[in-house]
Amino acid sequence: MCLGIPGRILRIDDDAKMLATVDVGGVRRQVNICCIVDDEHPVSSCIGDWVLIHVGFAMSRIDEAQAIQTLKILTELGEAQAEYEAMRLSPPPREAA
Amino acid sequence: MKYVDEFRDGAKARILVREIESLVATMGVPDDRPLHIMEVCGGHTHSIFRYGIEGMLPKEIELVHGPGCPVCVLPIGRVDDCVSIAERPEVIFTTFGDAMRVPGSKKSLLQAKADGADVRMVYSPMDALTVARNNPERDVVFFGLGFETTMPSTALTILQAEGDGIRNFSVFCNHITIVPTIKAILDSPDLKLDGFLGPGHVSMVIGAAPYEFVANFYRKPMVIAGFEPLDILQSIWMVLQQIKEGRADIENQYARIVPDDGNAPALRAISRVYELREFFEWRGLGSIDHSGVKLRDNYASFDAERKFAVPNVKIADPEACQCGEVLKGVIKPWQCKVFGSACTPEMPLGALMVSSEGACAAHYQYGGVKQHVAAE
Repeated sequence: MCLGIPGRILRIDDDAKMLATVDVGGVRRQVNICCIVDDEHPVSSCIGDWVLIHVGFAMSRIDEAQAIQTLKILTELGEAQAEYEAMRLSPPPREAA
Repeated sequence: MKYVDEFRDGAKARILVREIESLVATMGVPDDRPLHIMEVCGGHTHSIFRYGIEGMLPKEIELVHGPGCPVCVLPIGRVDDCVSIAERPEVIFTTFGDAMRVPGSKKSLLQAKADGADVRMVYSPMDALTVARNNPERDVVFFGLGFETTMPSTALTILQAEGDGIRNFSVFCNHITIVPTIKAILDSPDLKLDGFLGPGHVSMVIGAAPYEFVANFYRKPMVIAGFEPLDILQSIWMVLQQIKEGRADIENQYARIVPDDGNAPALRAISRVYELREFFEWRGLGSIDHSGVKLRDNYASFDAERKFAVPNVKIADPEACQCGEVLKGVIKPWQCKVFGSACTPEMPLGALMVSSEGACAAHYQYGGVKQHVAAE
């Protein structure tokens, strides 16, 4: 929950709501990207970004080497596995209403 | 130096440990009064135990494991409130998995679920909102938990619920804030701290400026630290360097993630949705002024505390439980009377045994519980 997990933004799902699909260690899920967007880095420029994700919200942009290193540490701490499991068990964010 | 060879960068770790040793050697630290450095954040605690960092440090340095595990500091009364909300037939209660096993006075959320309450684990508050969208006839409550790291996610979800006109969604807000907590620690007469490792991901949201009082008013050094073992060792070295030079500054070792002025969109969401509570109750630490947040009046309809009559009863920690003393660093986890006997990660009595970020669970998992039990 507090350590977060790195992921890479694959596509933008909803421009206005700033929702994007990320790949997190092979798991795909939707996250909110409003905290990494500003005038200099608009929504459209986020595709391909590596980000640190906390409970479904991208909170910080990071570089790829750092993302890989962080993922290794999180795996050693057992935190990465816990995050994947939490994502797997959680209902998908935009399942049909 | 038990685990140092496990580091991907063992050579760098060894160099840092040697640097720390030679720095400490020049500082004339008395044998009976080691330097006390507190890591505030539970993520640091986990990493410190996992990599055996305490065992690498010279005896002149003692790490004090601070209160920065939001699951661990949740008081029994608040868990009871959760159970009371969750047991209402119209409610679907959603929570992060970490909070499921925190003991209440009668039961945990996990036990409430076993008894028939509709309690669902979610990865994100956004998923709780989806549950609300998909179950319009039910009241969906999200258990908002955590320091400033997760505070924006709950706020942004409430803003989204408002925007989408979702009325059957509310938050049981137990978010807590770091600055009053550090101030309470500094004001505590039990504690003699010489410096701090500042939290990484809280600081990613709030920046470095809110800690200035630690340096300016209390004259204590703080280094905002990353979570990797090398980050932690380097940050300890930076704290020591400040102590040696007689400086008290807020330094940022984790600048790759922590901007000095924090995350603007996250801070905007926080100030729009929350206001400070007069006080908030902490397990083991008691009441701390202004240490929690609640929803502003504008968002009252999303506030589970106003939507449902919660008992809000204050319940004392179990008598045998010494979580408070461990949290303040007065005793080490294994010095607690019930550590590893009446209190284990499988059957936690105190909250520090619940989460891997709690000092007791981390020590139990990595710290050689057998050797301490055997020694007694």
